[in-house]
Amino acid sequence: MENFTPLASLAGGVLIGLAAVAMLLFAGRIGGISGIYGGLLTADRGDTAWRAWFIGGLMAGATLMAFLHPESLDIVINKTPLAVIVAGLLVGIGARLGSGCTSGHGVCGVGRLAPRSLVATTVFMMTGALAAYIVNHIFGGAV
Amino acid sequence: MNPTNIVIFSIGIVFSLGLCLSGMTQPEKVTAFLDFTGNWDPSLLMVMLGAVTTYFTLSRFTLKRKAPMLAQKFALPTRVDIDGRLVAGAAMFGFGWGMVGFCPGPALASLVTLNSSVWIFVISMTAGMYIYGTLDTRFKGEPDGGAGALERSAEALRHPATATS
Repeated sequence: MENFTPLASLAGGVLIGLAAVAMLLFAGRIGGISGIYGGLLTADRGDTAWRAWFIGGLMAGATLMAFLHPESLDIVINKTPLAVIVAGLLVGIGARLGSGCTSGHGVCGVGRLAPRSLVATTVFMMTGALAAYIVNHIFGGAV
Repeated sequence: MNPTNIVIFSIGIVFSLGLCLSGMTQPEKVTAFLDFTGNWDPSLLMVMLGAVTTYFTLSRFTLKRKAPMLAQKFALPTRVDIDGRLVAGAAMFGFGWGMVGFCPGPALASLVTLNSSVWIFVISMTAGMYIYGTLDTRFKGEPDGGAGALERSAEALRHPATATS
C-alpha cells in the first residue's frame, strides 16, 4: 500500500463531485462523461456544441495539471497496442450498452441511489477486478 | 459564444482537475486498486468516497429547484428496471477498464499528453461507441438515475414486481 494517496484522492474526488453537481445545477444534466462524449456521435446538431465544450474543458484542465502537478499525467501503459485496442472497444461499447461509466453510474447514479447505477457500479467493479487479476497474475502484466 | 457553453467548459476544467489530482489519470494506480490481491492501492476508494458524498449531499439541494440555472428543465434518466443490457454493458465496460486502467474521462483528459497508447485507447473507445450506435439506435445512452429517482427508486424497491417499465 506504499502508493496510497488518501488526501489527494479524497480532494480530487470532491472536485469531481462538485463538477458533477455543477452540471446538474447549471445544465440540469447528469455529469456522465461517456454519455456526454458518446452523444457527440449520435446527438442532433443543436445538441453537440456543449458536449464539445465540456470535453475541451477536460483537456484544458489536464493541460493545466501537466504544469501544476506533472506526476498526475506521467502516464505509464505497459500494454501491447492490441490489448489497448480491445480494452478501448470494450469500454466504448460497454459504456453505451450499459448506459454509463464510472462518472455517470459510479458518481452521479450511486450519489442519487439509483438502482440501475448501484447494479452497474457493482458489476463493473467486479469485472474490473477480474480483468486486473487476469492481466497481472495469469499473464504477469504482459498483455 | 453561448455563455452556457463557457460555464460547461469551466465545469469540464474542474472535473479534469479532480480526475488528475485523484490519480484517475494514472492507469497503473487504477489497476493497483482493482487488483486487491496484489500490491493494493486503496486510493480509488477515497475518490469514490469524496465524489459520491459530495454529489449525494449537494444534488438533493439542487433537485429542490424548479429548474436548473441555465436550462429550461432537468433532463435526467428515469428508468429503474435492471435489464440484460445494463448488466452486460457494465460487465464489458469493467473488463476493459481493468485491463488497461482507463475509463472515458481520464482517457479523454489525458489526450493532451500525446501519449500514443492514450490516443489508441480513445480512438478504439470512440469506435466502440460508434459501433454500438450503428448496431442499435433505439436506446440512447443515458447515465442512470432519473428525475425524482429517489422516490421512484424507493417505490421500485418496495414493489419490485411493478417496477418494470
